[in-house]
This record gives sequence, structure tokens and C-alpha cells, in this order.
Amino acid sequence: MPFWTMFGLAQGKATTRWPDGKDHGQTGVVGMPRYHPERCVAHCQACVDACLPGAISAREAPDAQSGHIEIDYGRCVNCQMCVEHCPEGAMAASEDWAFGVRRREDLLWQRAIASEAGQALGKAVRGFKRSIHIRHVDAGSCNGCESELQALNNPFYNLHRLGFFFTASPRFADLLLVTGTVTYAMREPLKRAFEAMPEPRWVMATGTCAVSGGTNGPTYASGSGLDGVLPVDIYLPGCPPNPAAIIQALLVMMKRMPQRVQGGRIRD
Amino acid sequence: MTAVNVSELPATELPAAARRLRDAGGRMHMAYARGRSDGQVEVRYLAELDGNGDFQLWRVDPVDGELPSLARDIPLLGWYEREMRDLFGLEFLDHPEPVPLVLHEGAQPATPPLLAQADPAQPMAFRAQPWTLPEVPEEDLQYLPFGPIRADVLESAQFVFFYLGETVLHYYPRLFFKHRGLEKRFEGLMPALGAVLAERVSGVGSVAHALAYAQAVENACGCEVPPRAAWLRTLLAELERLYNHLHYHGLLADATTLKVGNAQGRWLEEQFKQINGRLTGSRFLRSLITPGGLRRDLEPEWVHDAINDLRADIGAYLDQLADTASHLDRLMGNGVLPLRLALDQGATGPVARASDVDADLRRDHPYAAYHAQSLEVGRSQGGDALARFEVRTQEIYASLDLIARLLHSLPRGDVYAQCRPAPEAQGLGWAETPRGALFYAVHFDAEGRLARVKIKSPSFSNWRVFPFTVHGTDMMDYAINEASFGLTIAGCDR
Repeated sequence: MPFWTMFGLAQGKATTRWPDGKDHGQTGVVGMPRYHPERCVAHCQACVDACLPGAISAREAPDAQSGHIEIDYGRCVNCQMCVEHCPEGAMAASEDWAFGVRRREDLLWQRAIASEAGQALGKAVRGFKRSIHIRHVDAGSCNGCESELQALNNPFYNLHRLGFFFTASPRFADLLLVTGTVTYAMREPLKRAFEAMPEPRWVMATGTCAVSGGTNGPTYASGSGLDGVLPVDIYLPGCPPNPAAIIQALLVMMKRMPQRVQGGRIRD
Repeated sequence: MTAVNVSELPATELPAAARRLRDAGGRMHMAYARGRSDGQVEVRYLAELDGNGDFQLWRVDPVDGELPSLARDIPLLGWYEREMRDLFGLEFLDHPEPVPLVLHEGAQPATPPLLAQADPAQPMAFRAQPWTLPEVPEEDLQYLPFGPIRADVLESAQFVFFYLGETVLHYYPRLFFKHRGLEKRFEGLMPALGAVLAERVSGVGSVAHALAYAQAVENACGCEVPPRAAWLRTLLAELERLYNHLHYHGLLADATTLKVGNAQGRWLEEQFKQINGRLTGSRFLRSLITPGGLRRDLEPEWVHDAINDLRADIGAYLDQLADTASHLDRLMGNGVLPLRLALDQGATGPVARASDVDADLRRDHPYAAYHAQSLEVGRSQGGDALARFEVRTQEIYASLDLIARLLHSLPRGDVYAQCRPAPEAQGLGWAETPRGALFYAVHFDAEGRLARVKIKSPSFSNWRVFPFTVHGTDMMDYAINEASFGLTIAGCDR
């Protein structure tokens, strides 16, 4: 056993300081495509036809100002098909993966953003400044989200340093972190886990499946995410959201970081 | 190139053919049903006579929706028959376990959901009912239903233990909580969108699923993939194997309470995921494979140096694990899977090779660029958790060597060739995932859209096998045994 201690010490420090500094570990990782309505042309369906989860639809009353399509980033699985199929370059690849928002409508693309800033909204998080216990429930995922959630406790991200802990019992949990589409068989177990949590309690829809059902349908079995099943406090689309995106969303929920996404895009 | 020889078989001759296959040392890979365009349902059995011959595909028409069950002669078929019963409403006569599998007790679809006339988007009615559990006679036996929500960040499934003190007398995993009906979701899609969906069947097998799917479409439509695309696909598949195997080593070290061993495995896994992200834009190597090749070219030359930088760390880590007595003590003799059982119940991948099954699709039925690579297939005779650990260790070294050779011999040229869907075509694709043999069968309709996609994931096979290594063992060995199997649930449940 002493050999392992020495071995570990010899490895040095692997942990990032992110969100302090820039080392989030996601160099090159693509996120949600950015929409450039001025390049979008009328009567073109290329991106709509290329979008498996139906995140892009044709606008009923198109106008040149706001473009000809509607985009729901809560359905986007960042597969880049629209980027590759758009003949005009109106959908552009980006590294916008930090997409945690408090309100579902902040994931809908809008030219004009009239509403108040997202971070001003939502339940006040009192008494939970620095220590949050998370109960994760897989409600029918592809295991990609689990893989990234498990990565949160690897030496690089080391989620504990930020005061977040995964807990076994919903009785000890402040946050229910849900992945997956909410299949017919997981619907009841999920609700029971939520009901077993003490109040105040929060729910985070993690990954596009939990936000909207993603690419999965709906089918006879899959469900369409958390809406209509549980009240959601924070939405994080992404397929899957990378560990840094999950950390960002958790910090947004705690108001330790501002929500940057509004009107379906990152506002600097 | 492996051929798929199709033969028609009357239902009455099916049991004799199955016994002939078994007695000749052949293996059954999967069975599935599909609705033909004439409205009839047919059942297909994918068999293989010896390790590196061609595949045999038997087509059988059920008589009045019934077929004889083959599960008593070829036990692994038990699950496939139960799946067809749930999803197509077929009956298999004299089935040894005639209870639901894929759809839970209490699920009431208006029509068997994979029949053509079933509404694809209509959620089925469901009222949970108790599982049909095996009858266990002892009166003072304790009963522990664990899950579907378990401790830590894990996939959902319920594990039922019947135990007495420390001994697990019987173990029953109730899976398919995560059944999403994905095979139905493929229906009606154009082939390129099917690849996006295939990547999302099992996240940590994104490459393998997209690859097996794309190859099935290419086989159906007679498409050739440019050499550079084949090489890069192989590179992606081996990068996927590396981060998965390192993950399972970390998981196993966690189960034997080696904290640093766990952390180091996860750290190495993370470094590979970051390489994946830099190389492809996706930590899971997604958004590249499509029928016809790759969606865009890659510049992977720098990966050689990046992996070389990690090689010493990986070697030191694997040596250290293999030199830790407390780790090895917990693995030795744990979860023994004898060869006969592995073959009868259909084990695959590192699990099978650790029980002396000499099978690896990369070598036996080469695809992508594997035909051009010599591959040392790791194997052990132990059959226990230690053997599974050792086989994965061998495969990590083999993948590192293979990646170095692939990068050395990467051809220049295009990475995509037009692959038009052929109406009414059908094809089979396969890939050796980090967890074992994955098969995709695709059928097109008259418009060139997907009409039926069958996915046989390796975890569907290994979950069937796993309980046999738990019955009669100690409770404290369970978590280590499970970690050594390296199972996912998403691919199994679909």
C-alpha cells in the first residue's frame, strides 16, 4: 500500500483551477452551433431536414430580420449536421458548450432579448452556499452523461473542491440531477426519488435527453424529458454536456456564476 | 471479406438445424424479427460454423405467429426469443422462461410495438406489476431488491439478491428500465441520420455503434469506403477501446478499494477523452462516421506524440496494479466463468476471451482497416475477474501498438464516397467494441429509408451470462465481479 501512496504523490497535481483560469480541459470540443440569420435564405430546408432531434423548424411567418427558422437549443445534440448541410454558412460550429440556463425559454433562439437577465430569476438559494449534495438519477440515458458525471470526480475536475458531493440517499440530497429521456419504466422511480428529498430541493435536467427527449423520439417507451414530470430549476442541454459544462451549470444554479445564455446564445 | 449466406428454413426443421449447429461447434450470434413489406413477420437467426468462416443467416417464417423455442438447445437464444415475444407478439413454444424481458411486467402496448402498424410515437400504457421472479424454496432466505436507483452515479437497473448470510444463492438482474424503443426510432430515417442515432445508443460505444451501423448500410448498398476513411475509422475505434479499458481498470481498482489506483485510471481515461476532444471535437469521438466514410477529414498525426507521452504512465499504472497483492487477491477466483458456460450463454469480448474463447471480430471477420493489421488477440484460461483484468491489460497494449502503426501507414486521399441507399436492400454490419461483438442488421424500404434496424449489443450478451457467475458466491465479491465484467446498460436496453 505505501507504494500506491508514493505512486500517487509522484504523479503530481492533476487538478484544474477552472472556473478560475482558462484550463477547462475542453480544447477543441464543439458545442451548440451559432445561428447567423443574415445568411439564412428563404425556402431552404437544408438544416431542418438534417436535424434528427427536430431542434430546427421552419418559421411560420419568416422575416428577413430574424431569419427563416426557429431553433430550440433544448433539443440540440450538437451533432453538427446542420453546420455541414447549410449551403450558406448560416449555422456555424462553435465552442459554446456552457449552456446551463434557469428558464426553458432561454434556450430558444431570439433576435431581440426583452426579458430580464436569467440569473436574476429562479428560487433563492439560501443556506446552501458552499455545500450541495446531489442525487443522480439515470432515467434512460445512453450512458454518455453518466460517463461525464463520473468524470467530475476524476483528479482533473475534482468536483469536491467546489463543494458538490454525490450522495446515495435522496434524503440527504439538495439537488436531483436527472439524465435520460424519462422512459416509461423510470418515470415512477424518478418521481419517488424526488418525493423522498427534503425541501428545499432543486432539479437539474442534464443533457438534451432530460431537457427534451433529444434524438430519441418520442417512441412507445422513451418519454420526452422532464417537462411535465418534475419541476425543473436548471436546464443543461448538450449531448452529452462535458464535465466543465456541468460544473458551469451547477455554479449558475448556485448563483456563483452568471448565466450567460439568453435567447439561445451566449451573451458576452 | 466475410460473406453472409442466406438460407430459407421451414419452421419444422429449425430445431434439428440448431442442434446440428451446436453439435458441430458452431455459435449463434443473434436472432431478430422483422415485418416484411408483404405484412408478414419473419425471424432471422445469425449463426457461424467456425471462428473465421462466413456467417449463416437462416430465414424462418413463423406458423400462425409461433415457432419452436431453441433455448433448450442453445440457451443464449432465450433472451432473443423473449424479446421477439415482447416486441413482435410472437410465441416460442416450450420456452424455458416464458416471461417478459424487454417490456416490463405491466406494459400494455396497444399493438406489439415493433410491428409496422404500431403507432411509433404513441406511449404505451403501463402499470407497474411485480417481477416474475424465480421460485426460491428456502423459507429463511433473505431478499434484497437493489435499485433501479442505486448508489453513486450509475445506470438504472434493479438487482435482486436472494441470500443467506454472506452467500448469494440466486441473483436476478431486472434490466430494461432504460428501454427507449430505439430500434423503432430508426424506422423511416434516411441513412445519414441513422448514424447520428446509432452514436447515441450507447455513449461509451459511440464509434463502434456508428461503425457497425455504417458498415451494415454500406454492405446493403454495395458501397466502398475510401482507404483513408477505413484507416481513420480504425483509429477512432481503438481510441474508444483505450478510454473504455482504462475506465474499467479504474472502476475495478475502486471495487478493490485502491483509491490511488482508481484515481489514476480515471485520470488516464480523462487524458484520452481530452485527446478525443482535440482530435474530433467530441470527447466520445462522435459526428464523424457516416455511411460512405467520414463526414470530414482529420489531421491525427499529433496523436502519435500525445499518446507516446502517456505510454510510460500507462505502463507504470498497469505494472503497479499487476503487482498489488491486495488487488489480485480479490480478483483471483472471483466470478468464475467456465468456457462451456461462456459458449452456451453467449459471452463476448474480453469477458469471453478471459474464459479461453478465441474470438475477436477484428481478426475473424476484419472490417475497416483491420485486414491490413496483424492483431494479437489477448486471451486467458482463468475465467475469473483476474483473467478479465489481464485480458483488458493485454488489449490496452495491443491498441497502443495498433494506433502507432495506423498513424504510420495512414493513406492519403478522400474520406467519403457517395453511398446511395438501395431500395429494399438489406445488410449486416459488425464491430468488436471494447465490450465485445456488436451487430447491426439494416433493412431499407422501397423509398430507400430505413425500415428495420436490429441492434445486438455486446452487453445484451454479457448481461445474460453474468448472473451465472454470481449464483452461490459471496456478497462481498459481487461488486468486484460486476466491475470486472465491464457492462453497460444503455446498449443492452436500447
